[in-house]
Amino acid sequence: MSTAEAALGAESAPVELRIESTSGKLRFNFRELWAYRELLGFLVWRDIQVRYKQTALGVFWAVLQPVLAMLVFTVFFGRLAQMPSDGIPYPVFSYTGLLPWQLFIYAVTQSGNSLVANQQLVKKVYFPRLLIPASAVLAGLVDFFIAFVILLGLMGFYGIVPTRAVVTLPLFLALAVGTALAVGFWLSALNVRYRDVRYTIPFLTQFWLFVTPIAYPSTLVPEKWRLLYGLNPMAGVVEGFRWALLGKQGPPDPLIFVSAAVVAVIGVGGLIYFRKMERTFADEV
Amino acid sequence: MSADWRIRTEGLGKRYRIGRPEPYRNFRDALVELAAAPLRRLRGKRPEPNWIWALKGVSLEVPAGQVLGVIGRNGAGKTTLLKILSRITEPTEGVARVRGRLGSLLEVGTGFHPELTGRENIFLNGAILGMRRSEIRKKFDPIVAFSGVEPFIDTPVKRYSSGMFVRLAFAVAAHLEPEILLVDEVLAVGDAAFQKKCLGKMEQVARSGRTVLFVSHNLGAVEHLCDRVAWMDGGRLRGLGDPTEMIGRYLEAVTDGSLESRGTGPFQVERVLLQNEAGETTTTFRPGEGLTLWIDYRVEGSHPAPYLWLSIGGRGGEIFSANMALDGNRPEVLTGSGRIGCRFPEVPLLPQSYHITLCVREADGRRALFEPQEVAAFHVIGALRDYGLKDEKADVRAAGSVPLLLPYEWILPNGRRAPVRLGSGGRPISTEAGR
Repeated sequence: MSTAEAALGAESAPVELRIESTSGKLRFNFRELWAYRELLGFLVWRDIQVRYKQTALGVFWAVLQPVLAMLVFTVFFGRLAQMPSDGIPYPVFSYTGLLPWQLFIYAVTQSGNSLVANQQLVKKVYFPRLLIPASAVLAGLVDFFIAFVILLGLMGFYGIVPTRAVVTLPLFLALAVGTALAVGFWLSALNVRYRDVRYTIPFLTQFWLFVTPIAYPSTLVPEKWRLLYGLNPMAGVVEGFRWALLGKQGPPDPLIFVSAAVVAVIGVGGLIYFRKMERTFADEV
Repeated sequence: MSADWRIRTEGLGKRYRIGRPEPYRNFRDALVELAAAPLRRLRGKRPEPNWIWALKGVSLEVPAGQVLGVIGRNGAGKTTLLKILSRITEPTEGVARVRGRLGSLLEVGTGFHPELTGRENIFLNGAILGMRRSEIRKKFDPIVAFSGVEPFIDTPVKRYSSGMFVRLAFAVAAHLEPEILLVDEVLAVGDAAFQKKCLGKMEQVARSGRTVLFVSHNLGAVEHLCDRVAWMDGGRLRGLGDPTEMIGRYLEAVTDGSLESRGTGPFQVERVLLQNEAGETTTTFRPGEGLTLWIDYRVEGSHPAPYLWLSIGGRGGEIFSANMALDGNRPEVLTGSGRIGCRFPEVPLLPQSYHITLCVREADGRRALFEPQEVAAFHVIGALRDYGLKDEKADVRAAGSVPLLLPYEWILPNGRRAPVRLGSGGRPISTEAGR
């Protein structure tokens, strides 16, 4: 048809894309991920927009969930069971643990189901699939920041002033998000092939809650087992939050470093598994 | 061919595993499989994977600025080809190369969220289709204007009628301006007026010098819009060339039942017969002659009270139809194999080429047992003078006219009445008055 236009195209020498089977190959295209950052922003924005649509309490839910949990914990574990709390008022102690925990379970639940929930997208349009679980995780941050305001209030009420360690808080938030992403990559990719994941997630998070030092201090775990305890990355996250915010004396607990290493391993493994499965998402979901 | 190609595929193939009864597997099955596999291997019985090649050995080239139509039965591999080119799924073998920014439209409204407003969905959908935020902002007003849903732009789209939804979705898609555009059947949505608007937009895109791959069952549109046509059957490329010739060859194969692809739904067309008034099997008819269509079918399962819809189309689109959704007739049940027919006592069509599209849907209309696609083609042949149209250039002019000619009557200034009618039942007319 139009040869003039064709000449124009040749002039600008378009980039050539090669499409072939990547079976047996593993490639990460970080430049492409970067190119799609705007779409990631839109997906996060969508998840946030939609989250509290048509609810009576709206964004109040973001506060209600951790606050109610904190009250129950305070009454049953703090008062009745006389659970130690490292000398910190129990409500602040438990709420500081609940904050990253709520972020984590929300992010894991949403990202675990994200590929299946967005299967229309997966089947009809191309973009790096990693954006889907990632956006589900990042959308949870909004709730986190809202609930964080309550913590500031609680700390003010009990007269707790954070030490300089508070500047490390973003690192522990990053560790929490990293943990959620790492688990989310695994679960979302597994969920495409095995819908059992949907039923596994509630069980998994419940089980995980008990092995994470939210209602109790990690010092309850005998010294020789503490590094092993760090294999639960959320133990490191919660410990880190308390260390950064509540000004516990001394250097951070070494179990935090074990947790960070574990997150790195699960995360890299999750990325590799996700990439491997990504080739067949559209065919299998 | 051309050195300046935009899309080029070499031996492209895609293999799927079929015959898996459950939609997805669970851990238990995987464990059982894991345990059973070595046992099976011991007994020398390899698991028999049921593979099907949805696409096989497809090599083609689309030069810059060309509009390539892709036609063929459902299940012929058209959509698989588009999915590979748009990187939704990977090929099993072969290579495809694409030069330039590619946009694909496999459906309209991908990623629309019912809870979000029209405005929000324009941004979301635009981003999903690959537009930048700044680009969407720039095109926002034209998109809203094109969609015609302006008063509702801040209403959640779940409150939209399905027509409004489709119009907005298409409006976003229509403003996607990639160098290479892949389009799959998006024109098959909406009402007739909207379809016309879509076709107009498609034409605009096609004439703008962009490279387009256009998959459609609207053969009229394909012939009108495309520079070349690829005809696919059974996952392979059966032909590539001039649109009129390819469509002709395809329709011939459709009618004589030599296609490999049988369609993808539970309703399968085994054979199609066209008969004239005398009961002879033929694909050529005289102007005005009656036509009976017989479809030998085979159905999986049992489907109570489905409805059929047949439409006769020509180069310009659909002309008339027989539609059970309007007339209220239903076969009691469709099951096993059988034959269903439809007789048009008079087909007042001018000498041109036509095709018949069939669609079968379940009683509630939700599921298609047979997605709309062409099942037969026929030609109307005859010197119009013999059938009542007496202008000496009638035959030449008829080729480019609106094909349907209903009986009518001129009332001339002197009061004379001049009835016009294509020979009744296809019988040549000898008297001046017609009948």
